[in-house]
Amino acid sequence: MEIRSVKYRIGKNYGFKALVMIFAFACVIPLLFILFFIVSKGITQINWHFLTKVPKPVGEPGGGIANALVGSILIVVIAAVIAIPIGILGGIYLSENRKGRLPYWSRICTDVLQGVPSIVIGIVAYFWIVKPFGFSALSGSIALAIMMLPIVVRSTEETLKLLPSSLQEAGFALGMPFHRVIFKIIIPVGTSGILSGVMLAVARISGETAPLLFTALGNNYLSWNIFGTMHSLPKLIYDYSTSAYDEWKNLAWGASFVLLLWVLLLNLLTKLITRKWKVQL
Amino acid sequence: MDTSSVKNSAITRSELPLRVINSTPEAIAKAKSRVRRSFRQIRTETVFRQSLIIMGGFMVVLVLGILLTLIVKSVPSIKSLGIKYLWSGTWDPVHDIYGAAPFLVGTLVTSFLALIISIPFSLAVAIFLGEYYPKGWLPNFLKNAVELIAAVPSVIYGFWAVAVLVPIVRSLETHLGARQPIGNGILASSLILAVMVIPYAASLGRSMIQLTPSVLKEAAYGLGATRWEVIRSVILPYTKSGLFAGILLSLGRALGETMAVTMVIGNTSKMPSSIFDLGNTMASVIANEFVEADKPVYVSALMELGLVLFLVTVVINMIGKKIIDRFTND
Repeated sequence: MEIRSVKYRIGKNYGFKALVMIFAFACVIPLLFILFFIVSKGITQINWHFLTKVPKPVGEPGGGIANALVGSILIVVIAAVIAIPIGILGGIYLSENRKGRLPYWSRICTDVLQGVPSIVIGIVAYFWIVKPFGFSALSGSIALAIMMLPIVVRSTEETLKLLPSSLQEAGFALGMPFHRVIFKIIIPVGTSGILSGVMLAVARISGETAPLLFTALGNNYLSWNIFGTMHSLPKLIYDYSTSAYDEWKNLAWGASFVLLLWVLLLNLLTKLITRKWKVQL
Repeated sequence: MDTSSVKNSAITRSELPLRVINSTPEAIAKAKSRVRRSFRQIRTETVFRQSLIIMGGFMVVLVLGILLTLIVKSVPSIKSLGIKYLWSGTWDPVHDIYGAAPFLVGTLVTSFLALIISIPFSLAVAIFLGEYYPKGWLPNFLKNAVELIAAVPSVIYGFWAVAVLVPIVRSLETHLGARQPIGNGILASSLILAVMVIPYAASLGRSMIQLTPSVLKEAAYGLGATRWEVIRSVILPYTKSGLFAGILLSLGRALGETMAVTMVIGNTSKMPSSIFDLGNTMASVIANEFVEADKPVYVSALMELGLVLFLVTVVINMIGKKIIDRFTND
């Protein structure tokens, strides 16, 4: 190594530090830009009318996103109802069985599922559910549930792994059967971790559009029928963002604001939970 | 703890404990119900254990089911189009000509361009949070902000890109003298993708950098190294496989990202000739044409794209995970 003067090396040190800081904080700029833009464009759209009316035909002013709001909530809730029990049980299975062939493959498949592009899950769900039963909100929920599963499984497993085994052993020593140890000791102790995983998963699927393109389709009228087509916030944003009409674009801005608010709220809640109970995710 | 070695079926059932045989009828009835209850518990336990195994197996079945569906549905296209499907450059569903090369090229170009743009930023975030300032309000803010980047739905990125980024790129193209300054296209998609994939490499890189043994760093400081020299000659070499894994995970995200790209890339099935051109990625062509696909071969060709996308992302993610596992176990 060639010998440089100390001053040169110290200067280089500071230069590099400045460079790192500039690049690191440059990441925040587009985020702030996006947040600011969505909020400033969207917040003016929000009023009671916007939240309770369905979109008007082209050319008429006004209209709202009630159909997409109801659809989004229903689809996400059903997806969560499907995915949470399966995900938590799967997570318990993986944390209780560290070794063995099935847990190994199960773990790998969870990782694989986490990385599968959402559009692929969309087309697979199309062939599984839409082909035999027709377009429905339920098929969208199932596609989203598949996306949710690996996150719930992984967070449950990671949370339960960190619990001391003495908790379990104490339960067994008192003669508790396995399922009671799990439901009365392990899950209550791990609630915060499991809950934050579930909320992250819900936040993630709330903004997911690609699986809904071929499953829930869209519906310009307010619908409560989960066996029929249904609109959703991300789908509405996608449809209206490229439209040529300003009314529709404004609806999309408002919808983006609502969606962003919901996702950020979920993330914030997760943060608070993890901080309060000191969960490591 | 291993509790599964005790087999519930090995416990034989007796209705009555011996100690209550010569007792009052009430005591006998109480003992009987108690025994019945404990056997019920044991049965429930067995059922619960089995349902856990079923849930564990369910994940495997789900992934195999996805893979199998993709393969089965793309068989017609594999049969009729053969392997040259992947490098033939014309995509014309009207005349039943299917060649996926433009989409493969589009996907690779946008993803790698996005990766190249995002690497300096994610690396800087990782070094800043992992080495310079692990604690404090400023790094906390940065950490939360980067996590927030991952939390924003991709359709919102897409919408923002349509409204803000595309005009900026358009004026840039006009300045650079591109043939058709449209704004949409590969460059705009790469830019928005670059923003979206920063968090994946950054958060993994940060935890990897924090894993560097302090003995190594202190030894280098003891020899009189400056902080930059420690980072360059100790931390980066030590964590390079971990950083590489983080970049791989980012790449996996970028390849499969659908909505934001679909909204800005322009959606033409021609082979792109420059980064200012319109294009299409595998994910965006599925998103755009799957509903319109009316012929079985057309659908099947799109499914084959899905299969390719699935396999590529799975392989990339697996390699990334393997590297991380090896790194954290050492």
